Amino acid sequence: MEKELWKGNEAIAEAAIRAGCKYFFGYPITPQNEIPEYLSAHLPKVGGCFLQAESEVAAINMVYGAAGCGVRVMTSSSSPGISLKQEGITYMCGAELPAVIINMMRGGPGLGTIQPAQGDYFQATRGGGNGDYRHLVFAPATIQEAADYVQIAFDVADQYRNPVMVLADGMIGQMMEAIEWHPVEKRVLPEKTWATTGTKDQRKPNIINSLYIDPNLCADHNVHLAEKYKAMEENETRWEAVNTEGCQVLFVAYGTPSRIARAAIRLLEKEGIKAGLLRPITLWPFPGKALKEAAMQDSVKAVVDVELSMGQMIDDVKIALEGCRPVSFVGKAGGVVPTPAEVASAAKAAMGR
Amino acid sequence: MAIVYQKSKGLTDAELHYCPGCTHGIIHKLVAETLEEMGVLGNTIGVAPVGCSVFAYNYFNCDMHEAAHGRAPAVATGIKRVSPPGTIVFTYQGDGDLAAIGTAEIIHAAMRGEKFTTIFINNAIYGMTGGQMAPTTLVGQKATTAPMGRQREHYGAPIRMAEIIRTLEGCAYAARVCATDIPNLNKAKKAIQKAFRLQQEGAGFTFVEVLATCPTNWGMTPVAAIDWLKENMIPYYPLGVYKDITEEVK
Amino acid sequence: MAGIVTFRRDRCKGCELCALVCPKHIIVMDNSATNRKGYHPATVRPEDMDKCVGCGSCAKMCPDSIITVERT
Repeated sequence: MEKELWKGNEAIAEAAIRAGCKYFFGYPITPQNEIPEYLSAHLPKVGGCFLQAESEVAAINMVYGAAGCGVRVMTSSSSPGISLKQEGITYMCGAELPAVIINMMRGGPGLGTIQPAQGDYFQATRGGGNGDYRHLVFAPATIQEAADYVQIAFDVADQYRNPVMVLADGMIGQMMEAIEWHPVEKRVLPEKTWATTGTKDQRKPNIINSLYIDPNLCADHNVHLAEKYKAMEENETRWEAVNTEGCQVLFVAYGTPSRIARAAIRLLEKEGIKAGLLRPITLWPFPGKALKEAAMQDSVKAVVDVELSMGQMIDDVKIALEGCRPVSFVGKAGGVVPTPAEVASAAKAAMGR
Repeated sequence: MAIVYQKSKGLTDAELHYCPGCTHGIIHKLVAETLEEMGVLGNTIGVAPVGCSVFAYNYFNCDMHEAAHGRAPAVATGIKRVSPPGTIVFTYQGDGDLAAIGTAEIIHAAMRGEKFTTIFINNAIYGMTGGQMAPTTLVGQKATTAPMGRQREHYGAPIRMAEIIRTLEGCAYAARVCATDIPNLNKAKKAIQKAFRLQQEGAGFTFVEVLATCPTNWGMTPVAAIDWLKENMIPYYPLGVYKDITEEVK
Repeated sequence: MAGIVTFRRDRCKGCELCALVCPKHIIVMDNSATNRKGYHPATVRPEDMDKCVGCGSCAKMCPDSIITVERT
């Protein structure tokens, strides 16, 4: 298949169209602007609608309305904008509405910076809004993966009637790489009989709602959602293991830091140290079992978590290892990216060298 | 025997949760009757707000969305933009929802000329949460968060939404009516009918503000509340058609 | 033309708005009865029913849509 050179943000936008998404509601923010720009030019060509909203809050609520009508719909933003979208995301989880949300992360907290970061890990994986909810989080590490997982995300969202987030650091959005538009896995999806398409006087009204004023009904609803989240944990957890068998150092990293970790693995190899990488592709559900298996090998002397934050995913790494292995951290936040040499030295320090 | 009046098919048979004499129920009927008479219930999607009318999705006999507080115009925008031609969309919002937390959403929906209808219930108070001050609370009117009455120097004067909405080019129709007596209900019904008809014709955003009572939080009987509305609200919130692109408005 | 007004008494909240708009002033709250909601429901005394003109005002005004008006 022919390779094409694509910028990350534009590939994400094109992938959405290829997944059958005809509707996008968003608000400008750096470093994700190429997504709405691309879609504003291309959605009208497929009979869809691009609408620039008055705020991220309005945009996510437009997504709520559109998703309730049963169409494929997407929004994108970057960290501070995703904070504003949390209201709509929790409502969509509560009302069980499928949609795809892109977070092209930048440095924080607050206005932070426009450079790449991973400081929204907690927000994405813990449910950044109110209430007990979860949504799947894909973390692509290449433009190819971004293009693939955006398409898969729409199917996953429809299958579980739940929003899905694609969480990438700004590097993924701004970088260009050669990719191919190969077919991605397709699922058999249930019909959206719940959608508000007008009763046509043929059925009872459909209601899109997250309000359960009777606490017993609200409790039942939470149990129902929890069962759905459990099914996602069982069926949708993804990761990549690189060179992990018999490794002395096990890196854990996602997105751009996973690429830095790969470079560090090569540096360490030159010094005779065998290093491997466990790369979560889904951050929620987190591939804890696979990680523990790799980390519990007798060969492993150090587990090193690499992030573009001050240490967030490391909590999940520690939960997965249940105290059986010490976990070291190397990372930078605020838009600064660690070098392979820095990561390699952190690994050596963790090994006591 | 001929039936002069019976419950509209635009309403479900659910019992309304509203307090005795609350005019929400009357306004629900006007909307439901209009949709029934237009024969569009099967192609209508309504959006309920947060506030006293949060359960409106149980009452209107058409597809419904429950929106986050103030976001009904954004939700309605999403619905209308993805639905096939002929779909009728409306929001039903109170004054806290529309004129406080959702001000940006309503103004921008009107600016874009979104082709849906907003029914705005102005009862000058937050009802569901227990009588707190609203942006529409009159100067001097007591509320649980303005126990001495709303003070102009502290909170400014109340917001007049119909007058603001009419300034936006995307707005095709804006009117203020009230739900106090039969002649005014007839006028209110006409305004609601006009708003939905203009939506159907694709004329633009249509807006009907309805002055309503909140006997419970105003601390008076339903009948006394009707009088209070007439004496206090109408002078500050004058009734009338503020914009109608099909007719010249005086 | 005479009208007949019927009330779903169990759903009445006794707000009196129907009585307020009745041009013949024949609607009263039935103080001898309390419905399941705890209100004295609206009623027209049998001896007053022939005064009803069947205008439908009470039904239009009723927030809870519990009134049906028919004309003979």
